[in-house]
Amino acid sequence: MANLLRLQNNIGQVKEDFFRTNRISEDYRYDETFAAVQIQSWFRGCQLRDFLRHLHRNATIIQKIWRGYRARACFRQTLKTAYFMMKMNFFNEMAVRIQRRWRGFYVRKYVHNYHARRHYLEGLARKNEQVRRDLEEFGEIQRRVREHSEMERKERERCDLAQKMHHLLSTQQRPGVFNSPFRVRPHEMELRMRSVEPALIKAALQKRKSLQGLLGTNLDLHTTQPLPPIPSRKPQGPFCEAMEVQKQRHRPLEPSLRVATSITALAEAREDLRGQERAGRNSARPFQPFSNAHKSRKYEGMIHTCTLYDQVAYGSKHFREENLEKLQGKAVKTGAL
Amino acid sequence: MTQRQVLQVFEQYQKSRTQFVQSIAELATRPQNIETLQNAGVMSLLRPLLLDVVPTIQQTAALALGRLANYNDDLAEAVVKGDILPQLVYSLAEQNRFYKKAAAFVLRAVAKHSPELAQAVVDCGALDALVISLEEFDPGVKEAAAWALGYIARHNGELSQAVVDAGAVPLLVLCVQEPEVALKRIAASSLSDISKHSPELAQTVVDAGAIAHLAQMILNPDAKLKRQVFSALSQIAKHSVDLAEMVVEAEIFPAVLGCLKDPDEYVRKNVATLMREITKHTPELSQLIVNAGGVAAVIDYIGDCQGHVRLPGIMMLGYVAAHSENLAMAVIVSKGVPQLAICLVEEQEEHIKSATAWAFGQIGRHTPEHARAVAVANVLPKLLVLYMDTDSSEDLQVKAKKALKSILQKCTYLPALEPMLHEAPSNVLKHVVCQFSKVLPHDSKARRLFVTSGGLKKVQEIKADPGSALREYVSAINNCYPEEIVRYYSPGYSETLLERVDKYQPV
Repeated sequence: MANLLRLQNNIGQVKEDFFRTNRISEDYRYDETFAAVQIQSWFRGCQLRDFLRHLHRNATIIQKIWRGYRARACFRQTLKTAYFMMKMNFFNEMAVRIQRRWRGFYVRKYVHNYHARRHYLEGLARKNEQVRRDLEEFGEIQRRVREHSEMERKERERCDLAQKMHHLLSTQQRPGVFNSPFRVRPHEMELRMRSVEPALIKAALQKRKSLQGLLGTNLDLHTTQPLPPIPSRKPQGPFCEAMEVQKQRHRPLEPSLRVATSITALAEAREDLRGQERAGRNSARPFQPFSNAHKSRKYEGMIHTCTLYDQVAYGSKHFREENLEKLQGKAVKTGAL
Repeated sequence: MTQRQVLQVFEQYQKSRTQFVQSIAELATRPQNIETLQNAGVMSLLRPLLLDVVPTIQQTAALALGRLANYNDDLAEAVVKGDILPQLVYSLAEQNRFYKKAAAFVLRAVAKHSPELAQAVVDCGALDALVISLEEFDPGVKEAAAWALGYIARHNGELSQAVVDAGAVPLLVLCVQEPEVALKRIAASSLSDISKHSPELAQTVVDAGAIAHLAQMILNPDAKLKRQVFSALSQIAKHSVDLAEMVVEAEIFPAVLGCLKDPDEYVRKNVATLMREITKHTPELSQLIVNAGGVAAVIDYIGDCQGHVRLPGIMMLGYVAAHSENLAMAVIVSKGVPQLAICLVEEQEEHIKSATAWAFGQIGRHTPEHARAVAVANVLPKLLVLYMDTDSSEDLQVKAKKALKSILQKCTYLPALEPMLHEAPSNVLKHVVCQFSKVLPHDSKARRLFVTSGGLKKVQEIKADPGSALREYVSAINNCYPEEIVRYYSPGYSETLLERVDKYQPV
């Protein structure tokens, strides 16, 4: 009661308080609501971000694994290619090496044979020398022939001149034009005129000769040779023919085979054979049978060991692919090429 | 009037006609009288005399006409326009041998001047008459006819074909076999004139069996005959490989080399021409001649003679060397290069020089070995002088430049290249520097020599446009040397050094 009474006494106060608190709470209500929203949004944000982070982490893991897988696959591919390229390069290099050798050999042998060419050029030089010499000689001979004929022609001209001027020859009584007494010796023409016959005489002689030819008689008897003497009578008696006698007298010696053969014939024939063999041989060291026999001797094991250290026989070497039972369950990689 | 008096008048007339034609023929031998004779109307007077009743007068009139027509083409045309040719052709078939000779002489004299006149001779039917007179017994007539045919065929292919169509070739070949040297000579010359125009005509001559008979006369002592024989063979051989092979198969080869020593220079020239025509076709034919020692003989021949006679020999060497490097080496081994170098110096005429330059280009263009052989003979400076000389003809300059280029592109003989560095213009210098840039990186001795001889200095002085080939070659050379050396030889290096001295502050 007392409380009620106290309340009733203080109703105004209470009312005032009530309104005041209500007013205060009304004043702060908006701020508080906003603060609550802030807190909630922050919290929710945190929650969501955490979730997203979680998702991202998981995605990254998935991506990481996937990318690693892809990259490894790619790398394997690249490696394979690189290996293939390396092999190809190597093979190409080897092929080039083989081709180089072969081409060098081929060209030297068939296309540009240095020795053959040098030989040819040397031969050509020799031939040229010879041709030059021959031509020089030929030219020289021709020149000499020309000079000779020229000289003959001049000589003939001079003779003709001398014949024509024969009347100028000096006589015993009177020196000629070419034989002046003031000269030490007579002119060349004078000598020439002395040696030739005058043209007139020559013409007369020719006429006489042609007359002889017409008559068909030879007036000059001394030109013919004397005939051989006639042999005396034929010899008497039954003689063989002269030819036969001659043949018998000059018959060559016909020894028997035994006499004709030399006493050392056998030895000589052997020496001859040996010589022929030596001449026909190509190499200095003759072929001797079994000279390479030591190379094919097999390894002989020691008595106290049981291991075989020798090589396996030819044909037992093989490649991996061929031995298939050893490769059970493994992929056989056949030739990369 | 008695009969005697009447006849005396005729006799007198005949005598004066004879005297007239004889004196005209006599006067026509001197060139200074020709114009006067022409102005006096000699043609119209001679024409009736060709139809005179007296054969002597006819002959002499023909002779006089021939001499007049021989003098120049105006008179020859006058003969054609005067309608004299048909008369001549008509009487060529009818008259005696002296007249035939004279008529053939007139035809020859007319035909010699120009293709038109020769065509006029052909048009009046002279060919058949001439071919018939080739069958005459008298060698003089045959000679005159063959000569006229040769002069007709000389001008061009159609006329030549007309001569062939008239059936002259087999008869000419028969004439070649006659014993008279003059006839042989003329027949060979005519065959040469016929075969020079085209392969078909040459083939016709070959088919008539001319080569064997011509080849037999190679060793004939008569020089003029030999000239014509070699000329005919070369005219046949020049057309094609087949024909050249036919000529070679006549086994002329070691024998003709002797004719290169002949005293007559035209024989030598024609032999060299023959060899040139044969070698130019194929390497095999060239090889054959080289193996027979032909190159050595030709080189000797070039040394023996002077002037235009040398030309075919020089060209023959060029052709042989052009075929393959082996043949070019054969020319070098036969000592051809020094001889050609002498020709290049001695000869005055441009076309011989350009042929020599061409031959050098052919010899030197194959390998460094060949180029070296050419360079050792000191040919490069001479070619350069020819190229640089402003008086040289364009052809010579082009040939010299081509030769220089082809030799330089192969030349690795540096002592010969060094002087070129100092003298050559830029378009030749390019090749010289290129050769240096190829050789120097691999040859240390040459690098050293290049510096001491001043080549490097010269190279630094070259002004090359950036980006040009020359600039690349220069930088390739510079890369072979340390930088200091290159800078030391660069122009203006002393100034930069002095500048550095000026700027230097002692501490």
